[in-house]
Amino acid sequence: MAKIKYIEHNGNQHEIDVANGLSVMEGAVQNDIPGIDADCGGGMACATCHVYVKEDWFNKLPEKAEGEDDMLDQAYEPSSSSRLSCQIVVSDELNGLVVHLPEKQV
Amino acid sequence: MIDTDVLIVGAGPTGLFCAHQLGIIGLKCEIVDNLDKLGGQCIELYPDKPIYDIPAIPECTGEELTNNLIEQIKPFNFNSHLSDRVQEIKNENDRWIVKTSKGKEFLTTNIIIAGGVGSFEPRKFPTKNCEKFEGKSVLYSIKDKTIFKDKSVVIFGGGDSALDWAIELSKSSKVTLIHRRDEFRGAPSSVEKLKELKKEKKLDVLTKFSIKDVKGNGTLESVEIKGDNGEIKTINTDYVLGFFGLIMQLGPILEWGLNIDKKLIPVNTENFETNKKGIFAIGDICFYPGKLKLILSGFHEGALAARGCFKYSRPNEKYKLEFTTTSKTVKERLGVKE
Repeated sequence: MAKIKYIEHNGNQHEIDVANGLSVMEGAVQNDIPGIDADCGGGMACATCHVYVKEDWFNKLPEKAEGEDDMLDQAYEPSSSSRLSCQIVVSDELNGLVVHLPEKQV
Repeated sequence: MIDTDVLIVGAGPTGLFCAHQLGIIGLKCEIVDNLDKLGGQCIELYPDKPIYDIPAIPECTGEELTNNLIEQIKPFNFNSHLSDRVQEIKNENDRWIVKTSKGKEFLTTNIIIAGGVGSFEPRKFPTKNCEKFEGKSVLYSIKDKTIFKDKSVVIFGGGDSALDWAIELSKSSKVTLIHRRDEFRGAPSSVEKLKELKKEKKLDVLTKFSIKDVKGNGTLESVEIKGDNGEIKTINTDYVLGFFGLIMQLGPILEWGLNIDKKLIPVNTENFETNKKGIFAIGDICFYPGKLKLILSGFHEGALAARGCFKYSRPNEKYKLEFTTTSKTVKERLGVKE
């Protein structure tokens, strides 16, 4: 299990315990955190679970999935710190992870 | 005005199979979809990806599933209205009048919403000022490429649409292609071609840049871009094109009074009717306790919603379950000879 902090674009923070094996996206959706749409349900077929991860954590995360950057091209305001939260699988090592949500997803 | 028993909103697998079920029980239907082809997410998002959980089909791609469904509903002679979107509905004498964005009108007894996560629309620039020029000099699709002749065009994006248009328009326009990273997801042959053209100075390519603002008094004059390293550049241009793929938007359905919560429409599980009489919702867009967002669930929901429509379209007839293996009537509808 890992404590994940989701910070909305307006600054609202949500700290959630997410079970190992779930994705950071699922952690948000199951806990009704606004700002993550996840339209395709985690199939990496849309870009509506887009989050920003600051450098300190970005480099500690497992590498991007093949095709993840292609989907991120189609996200709202992607940057070099963008990830798809459906592709970040939670493990003990991610305890304390902070993700920032974009202004909007669509 | 097109008169029908059922109007299906959405031509994904759920909507297509529902058309089959309506055909089997002898109801007429029309299908509206905002994409320019049948198949919904299957054809737009994952045409080449294999699907393994369609009953009795061990493996098929999104495109194969779509083609099989189209084949399966061929006998029923339904009409599809593509690149069009339902806009508003009005109830009149227990029937529904539906208008589309292209101005078509339907008079229907039932509406079945099989809209998935919404209709596909191009993703737009996040920059507010782009709206001022949208449709004139800021564009998300190209209808007439001759307008770009001898003009300067800045294209944003890294997929096939962006690459193909950059290559095509570079023949007679001054083209700058801008992408947020060094890698392009377009076809490798297009990426090669792009590099060649850049070397020959036939077009310009800037990577690790994204849009910051557009400037112009009435007509577009320039676009401002910012780099990953903070650098800001201004490029004078006549047109700005954005190709960032498609997003899904529920759109006008939100205004139909269907108690939509988190993009989902609550339904009953007897016939998948919504809170409004004669409006049903099936597939990914509907919600009920235990709902699974699987294609196979959409098939089941469509079969039951079709029977729900029968009750309203044929109030004086009693619905009788008939099997395709034995029923003469159903076989006639299917056009199969005994």
